[in-house]
Amino acid sequence: MISNVSLPWWAWAAMGVGLVVFIAMIAMTIKRNRGMHRSLFASPYTLWMIIFTVVPVILISYYAFTDANGHFTLDNFKNFWDSHYEANKVIAAEGKRLGVDYSQYIVRGTVNWDTLVYSLWMAFQCTVICLLLGYPAALFMADRKMKLGSTLVVLFIIPMWMNFLLRTVAWMSLLEDSGLINSLLKSLGFEGVQLMYTSNTVLLGMVYNYLPFMVFPIYTVLNKMDFRLSEAAADLGCNSFQTLYKVTVPLSVPGIVSGITMVFMPSVTTFFIPRVLGGGYTMMFGDLIESKFLTEGNWNAGSALSLLMMLLILVSLSILRKVDPNGEGGGLA
Amino acid sequence: MMKLLKKCYLGLIMVFLYIPIVVLIIQSFNAGESRANWEGFSFRWYIELLQDERILNALYVTVSIAVIAMIVSTILGTLAAIGIHAMRKRPQAMMMTLTNLPNTMPDIVTGISLMLLVLFTKVERGYVTMLLAHITFDTPYVILSVLPKLKQMNRHTYEAALDLGATPVYALFHVIIPQCKQGIITGAMLAFTLSLDDFTISYFTTSPLVQNLSTLIYSATRTGIDPTLNALSALMFVALLVLLLIVNRRTAEDK
Amino acid sequence: MNSEQLNERIKKARQKDHLIDLIGISKEYDGVKVLKDINLYIRKKEFVTLLGPSGCGKTTTLRIIGGFETPSDGALLFEGQEISDLPPHKRRVNTVFQKYALFPHLNVYDNIAFGLKLKKMPKKQIDEKVEQMLELVNLKGYGKRHVEALSGGQQQRVAIARSLVNEPEVLLLDEPLGALDLKLRKDMQLELKSMQQRLGITFIYVTHDQEEALTMSDTIVVMKDGTIQQIGDPKSIYDEPANAFVADFIGESNILRGTMVKDELVSFAGADFPCVDSGFGENAPVDVVIRPEDIMLVGEDVGQIVGTVSSVLFKGVHYEMMIDAGEYTFKVHSTSMQPQGSKVGMNIVPFNIHIMKPMTEVN
Repeated sequence: MISNVSLPWWAWAAMGVGLVVFIAMIAMTIKRNRGMHRSLFASPYTLWMIIFTVVPVILISYYAFTDANGHFTLDNFKNFWDSHYEANKVIAAEGKRLGVDYSQYIVRGTVNWDTLVYSLWMAFQCTVICLLLGYPAALFMADRKMKLGSTLVVLFIIPMWMNFLLRTVAWMSLLEDSGLINSLLKSLGFEGVQLMYTSNTVLLGMVYNYLPFMVFPIYTVLNKMDFRLSEAAADLGCNSFQTLYKVTVPLSVPGIVSGITMVFMPSVTTFFIPRVLGGGYTMMFGDLIESKFLTEGNWNAGSALSLLMMLLILVSLSILRKVDPNGEGGGLA
Repeated sequence: MMKLLKKCYLGLIMVFLYIPIVVLIIQSFNAGESRANWEGFSFRWYIELLQDERILNALYVTVSIAVIAMIVSTILGTLAAIGIHAMRKRPQAMMMTLTNLPNTMPDIVTGISLMLLVLFTKVERGYVTMLLAHITFDTPYVILSVLPKLKQMNRHTYEAALDLGATPVYALFHVIIPQCKQGIITGAMLAFTLSLDDFTISYFTTSPLVQNLSTLIYSATRTGIDPTLNALSALMFVALLVLLLIVNRRTAEDK
Repeated sequence: MNSEQLNERIKKARQKDHLIDLIGISKEYDGVKVLKDINLYIRKKEFVTLLGPSGCGKTTTLRIIGGFETPSDGALLFEGQEISDLPPHKRRVNTVFQKYALFPHLNVYDNIAFGLKLKKMPKKQIDEKVEQMLELVNLKGYGKRHVEALSGGQQQRVAIARSLVNEPEVLLLDEPLGALDLKLRKDMQLELKSMQQRLGITFIYVTHDQEEALTMSDTIVVMKDGTIQQIGDPKSIYDEPANAFVADFIGESNILRGTMVKDELVSFAGADFPCVDSGFGENAPVDVVIRPEDIMLVGEDVGQIVGTVSSVLFKGVHYEMMIDAGEYTFKVHSTSMQPQGSKVGMNIVPFNIHIMKPMTEVN
């Protein structure tokens, strides 16, 4: 871990200016309203968020754009496209010094890029599976005739009270070579199957953890929906399947969008599940960031990756917002 | 017929959700250490749990942080929600972006950015830094649960209280807060649960010396999970279940 | 207005026996002027109504008096004292809010007792006063009820009781009857008026319903786009509207463009009419306002104007007829019906022709 943690003088100056602006804004509000105004109740929180959210994000950005000596550089991002960028730079410099052309020996690697693509692909699969499993579940829960809705919501929440790491580990005891499923197969005279440490195991763990986040928003929207709409559709000649895809599904788009957001975003960066169920053989973007910081101690590279991750998520969010501009989907609450 | 199919489907989903939990609870009563072989029923792990200082300490850290973070973030968040609600359009939009930022940021980025802050300020990582991190990610959830209640409220009730002679502070405590009580309770419960279950952010903001249950379990996955941990989470699970039943009974009586 | 002028006017206002003075009040929100130079005084025990279409600034004016907004400019005097900066809980006025703003977490009793408890009044006295109030608003025995379980009319009464129990000098009412249905609204109008007379409290009442304003008020203040159009008692506002806007807003009227040929003679709709107004100058363009009930239907041959009846509606007491005459269509109220398509003559007596300076914009 790097110990020389220090920022240049201008960073301190910027923070000082920020503090002065914050105080000045409070003073202005007091003056404009000729005394206490309710909006000032938000000032402790604002200060808290500036210290614990804004400043850390600025720190990450700072490290992403500087090298170990604190000089401005874009190398951290170049490293992202070409994993051997640093090493190649050294080789090329050496070649130039010796007057030898090493360029044919320089390999280009894309470990980071591959990891990102793999993470996105896993998250995509996870989201699709959650949607396919979760939509019917939400639809049946919202079925007024069955009167199961609120009970099932609670049943979906209860498992989340078990520590999520332990729940994931519990899958291990089911899936490992000497686990319950394999023991069962063997006792029935079948061959054992390799269930652990594959991409599909990781996928299973992700679906298991994120499924409720797909079901809740869709259920909320379907439950609020005016049930007379589907009656009207039936009245106008839709059969129950037509009613589903012509009325119910289009109207539940806000819930679907919200569900996709709540599943896709955390699954891109999930970092515990692949480690336990994938046994470290598969690396996802979260693991990559973590190892850059804690294993390699390369804050600059790690910060660049974090920044890219944030950018990716902000872009996907703004696309999703376009589909559901009012954010009607609602979340857990 | 259709109804039966639908029920079967939901049943299967429930089996999927509950299988690991059932397995985990059964394991906690297993006399042996193996995860796969049943060696008879026993309370062995529950007894060992009471003597395992490391786990009890982690439990203490987890619960105390969850409680303190819940209290602080509920106060901070409720005040903030009231403030944000009273703001003009543009500052309000700015505050909402700030509030939504930690939710949209991946946990790992939040954790790492907080770790950078801690290292940078040269504060020792440990209990306090973990607590501060928990308050930071809890508060936005409190705001997001209180704000809708404030929006539903007739905004003139606050003015009516002032009109009838209340000071702004009196009106806050006797008119605004009672009206969004439900949102505050929801927010507090959400904060407590999130804090109890958090792994990623705690992992980056604490030192190996101060561990909560999640980070303890994480380090245990490298050496092999101790069944005492199963016993502990089975106990916590039951405790929360009982708490839920009590709360439900209570709210049912209130109505 | 500079501060010297303002001080001069404040000094002048203090010499008179007014309860409330608004002197040159204006209000800006983010650069948009919603009130422009409002000047108004209110006497003790007066029932004043601020009347106007939505967005005219009437509610803002009320909120400035109540203390929920601070004026951007001008002075607000209460018994001669400047109170612009006084917070609402220190003012001797109480407000009945639009949609009531009852506290949903308190019952009827606690809602009414809210202000008294703040004054640290002994419990026994509070009980007595709340009981009195419940009786006054005809809600005896409703104290323990939950406010959200009450009907709109009952909630309205609780809101009034909650304000009146504090014995304010002035009661501000912001469209208090807006959410009630027509029948209940009529009953409450009478009840409010008699309550005001019995208690001898000044009422400042905001509404967009001109009929409500005419029935209840001692003084009506007609507002439009943040300015006062006319101040006067109901009769003078109805009979002598200051401009075409007031004429149109208060009651129904025919508003025509005309020319003042000379003093006491006006020309419109192709004919000359004797009238009682003078001082506009010769051949000056003017607006002419005629109430539908002031047009007399006569024989075709003796009418000052002749027109054709294009539609007839029965309105209960009278018929409403639209009569086309040249470029104008006149609205006429009459108890005798003329069949559609028939030709009629119309006469107007001089003092029923209201002449006013033309408005630059006719809405």
